[in-house]
Amino acid sequence: MDVILKITGVNKRFGGLQALSDVGITIHRGQIYGLIGPNGAGKTTFFNVITGLYTPDSGTFELDGKPYSPTEVHKVAEAGIARTFQNIRLFPDMTALENVMVGRHVRTKATAIGAVLRTRATRDEEAGIRKRSLELLDYVGITRYANFQARTLAYGDQRRLEIARALATDPKVLALDEPAAGMNATEKVALRELLSNISKDKITILLIEHDVKLVLGLCDRVTVLDYGKMIAEGNPGDVQRNPAVIEAYLGGSHKDVATKELA
Amino acid sequence: MTFLFPRLRNNQKAAWVATFVVAAVLIALPFAVGVMGNAWVRALSFAALYILLALGLNIVVGFAGLLDLGYVAFYAVGAYMYALLASPHLASNFPIIAQTFPNGLHSSVWLAIPLGATVAAFFGVVLGAPVLKLRGDYLAIVTLGFGEIIRIFLNNLNAPLNFTNGPQGITLIDPVKIAGVSFGKTQNIFGLTLPSVYMYYFLFLVLAIVAITVCIRLQDSRLGRAWMAIREDDVAAKAMGINVRNIKLLAFSLGATFGGVAGAMFSAFQGFVSPESFSLMESIIVLAMVVLGGIGHIPGVVLGAILLSVFPEVLRHTVVPVQEQLFGRVLVDAEVLRMLLYGLAMVGIMLYRPKGLWPAPEHGVAPVGKSQGETPKAAIA
Amino acid sequence: MDTFIQQLLNGLVLGSLYSLIALGYTMVYGILNLINFAHGDVLMVGALTALSTIVLLQSKFPGMPGWLLMICGMATAIPTCIIVSLIIERVAYRPLRNAPRLAPLITAIGVSIVLQTAAMLIWGRNYMTFPQLLPSAPLEFLGAIVTVTKLVVVALSALIMIGLMVLVNRTRLGRAMRATAENPRVASLMGVNPNAVIMVTFAIGAALAAVAGVMTAATYSVAHFYMGFIPGLKAFTAAVLGGIGNIPGAMVGGILLGLIEALGAGYIGEITGGVLGSNYQDVFAFIVLCAVLIFRPSGLLGERVAERA
Repeated sequence: MDVILKITGVNKRFGGLQALSDVGITIHRGQIYGLIGPNGAGKTTFFNVITGLYTPDSGTFELDGKPYSPTEVHKVAEAGIARTFQNIRLFPDMTALENVMVGRHVRTKATAIGAVLRTRATRDEEAGIRKRSLELLDYVGITRYANFQARTLAYGDQRRLEIARALATDPKVLALDEPAAGMNATEKVALRELLSNISKDKITILLIEHDVKLVLGLCDRVTVLDYGKMIAEGNPGDVQRNPAVIEAYLGGSHKDVATKELA
Repeated sequence: MTFLFPRLRNNQKAAWVATFVVAAVLIALPFAVGVMGNAWVRALSFAALYILLALGLNIVVGFAGLLDLGYVAFYAVGAYMYALLASPHLASNFPIIAQTFPNGLHSSVWLAIPLGATVAAFFGVVLGAPVLKLRGDYLAIVTLGFGEIIRIFLNNLNAPLNFTNGPQGITLIDPVKIAGVSFGKTQNIFGLTLPSVYMYYFLFLVLAIVAITVCIRLQDSRLGRAWMAIREDDVAAKAMGINVRNIKLLAFSLGATFGGVAGAMFSAFQGFVSPESFSLMESIIVLAMVVLGGIGHIPGVVLGAILLSVFPEVLRHTVVPVQEQLFGRVLVDAEVLRMLLYGLAMVGIMLYRPKGLWPAPEHGVAPVGKSQGETPKAAIA
Repeated sequence: MDTFIQQLLNGLVLGSLYSLIALGYTMVYGILNLINFAHGDVLMVGALTALSTIVLLQSKFPGMPGWLLMICGMATAIPTCIIVSLIIERVAYRPLRNAPRLAPLITAIGVSIVLQTAAMLIWGRNYMTFPQLLPSAPLEFLGAIVTVTKLVVVALSALIMIGLMVLVNRTRLGRAMRATAENPRVASLMGVNPNAVIMVTFAIGAALAAVAGVMTAATYSVAHFYMGFIPGLKAFTAAVLGGIGNIPGAMVGGILLGLIEALGAGYIGEITGGVLGSNYQDVFAFIVLCAVLIFRPSGLLGERVAERA
């Protein structure tokens, strides 16, 4: 399996706080990779760095063998990393379908002139965008809400919509920031199936998640962050039994108890 | 034709009928209204011109969500550009021009419109590039500043070299001339006697219709969606690969082109331009048209433009005689009353009907309840 | 050199006026994230109210000394402006506190227009002369010419600004203001009534604008319905220059802008070889405004804006 995303040596400081110290991940094509750690460990900060929302103090970034510079957010999406947000960031007054259609923007090229003159090429591209967007809505299971305003969708459906929108950019890596947050058990099962399907369709997934069961069941490999540093890396089973990890989540005195419970 | 009447999307025939009816009304309108005097036809012509301006500003404020308080700058640029290229001013102030153009400078409308659009677009890029990254209210103030700077320069660029003729403005501007027919005087076309004002009305009407069409097409396109996305959440838009900076700039300069074309036409229509016509108040009036009518909603903006440009005419013709009847003299000048009502309208609309008089209809609402958690269908390769 | 000192002093006078007005902008922006577009027009209301009072008193009591007339003028201007400002806050801004930023800005523009037209209706459209109340004999100071009025402007502004700094930094009210400016929600949890603090902020800003209005009219001997617009815009520039929301910043920004404008207008003829003249004076402020917003939007002393908790 070849490496699709290789990030090393990321440092990020905010004033007095060293948010990330020498963090890196290596993801292989088609993997589902988990990034976990207690609250405030720096997971979303890391996401923001690799997608260009924050400028790191240092780090190397390589996507699909080519280096990329995480300084302009839209260029990162263009290169092939699409993300969702911890606090859902849909376009609230646009319909679900329109949200996904916006995702197609980066892979299409109709211009203002084409739009005004309604050239053949533009009309065809537009029809193609619509078709593909409907397919994606179907893929995540919310076709019936295609023409409803995004902010009126139920929470779980909004999360799916965000994933559909990210998929519309034809990403090489799909970076999901806590996609299961706030979901109930049924919704999580459905989400797991969705993510598993996405993975089967050869899209690499990078996942921040708190739900241990989800991570164990889904991820091929996992990195654990705590206070901005990597404290463990490997397959979920091993990481879960790693004493440093347990200490990070539960505190030192729980080491023995936790080892028994999680095993 | 169905794109003009979205509710008739499914009925081609009805849409065509509706179009004919509206067209007939619009064509007959100046003749009907002209009975009361040419001033009313002039008001209609200006209404059409304002539609152009309001739609242009709507692209910036309504589609892309950028508050521009200096829109009048593009109007001014277009107006002065045409004025310089179609009047004796440059020839009489710069011997070099007089030599190169012994017959004086005249520009055909087929040159003026595209040139007005291009020059304004250029200014749009120049003014927009440094400021579009600013947050809302700062952008508003900076654009206001730009508008004022341009006005001050127009007012003062008459020394040492007389470019703009300062506060006196530029006069003797050529009227529009299409196919040898000058719009400056009454003409006889197909047996109909058309005064100058009527011809300008039809010209501006055509331009307004073109503008409406262009805006509708832009709105329902990839670009229109990108603007909407930026307006709703520009970080998420960036994350989806939209080059926010360039797309904002595109909105700004497209909006500017509308202003530039309107300016050139204004110049030809009036035959005279001066910096007075391009004050902050003009920018605010056009903004009021967009806001009052319905930000981002094309029919609403058109309505706003018509209301706020025809209304002062109505006011002028009623307020003065009514007051003279009631009080024996004019207590409140029509101009002052008009401005007062503009101000109150802006406050009132924001407090009670912030989406405007004719806002975009809401999309459907999803049924309330938990998501069904449908299992996804077959995979998509 | 004479020109230099002269322009320096002119700049100081101008700057003092700008500072007084800028303080109103900066305090309101610090608490509400709102550009009070109508602030310049509040200044105008102050000037015109004072003018009416002075004219009335002059006709009733022809022997009244100039400085007393001035004080009476301010005594009517200040409460009037405060009332107007509070009404505006209550009617036009408060309902829109949680609306998207576009709404209060448009309302503010609307209010500005209403104030101007109301002034037009009450006082007419013509430029009115503001009488010379303080001794007009020019005095010489370091080779430059000043009038008593100009000295009063600088001295009064300085006093007021010192007073404001004391209020903001040493009193309970001042503490409440600073807390609300930083985080209104948490401040209210600590027992501060944010609405009351906001009203006080508007009131103080209005009072300062009233003083500035009267002093502006006195300095230029003219008052009219549109006199607030340009000074208002320039004062906003000054506030941004110093750092919006930052009270010392507004003071520094005001003085600095005044100096830039006076020196610029004085020397622009020489600098551009006669191409541009002092009639471009207003452009300086706008250029400074654009430059600051583009290159250093947080201002010289850093901005202090409320966290949207």
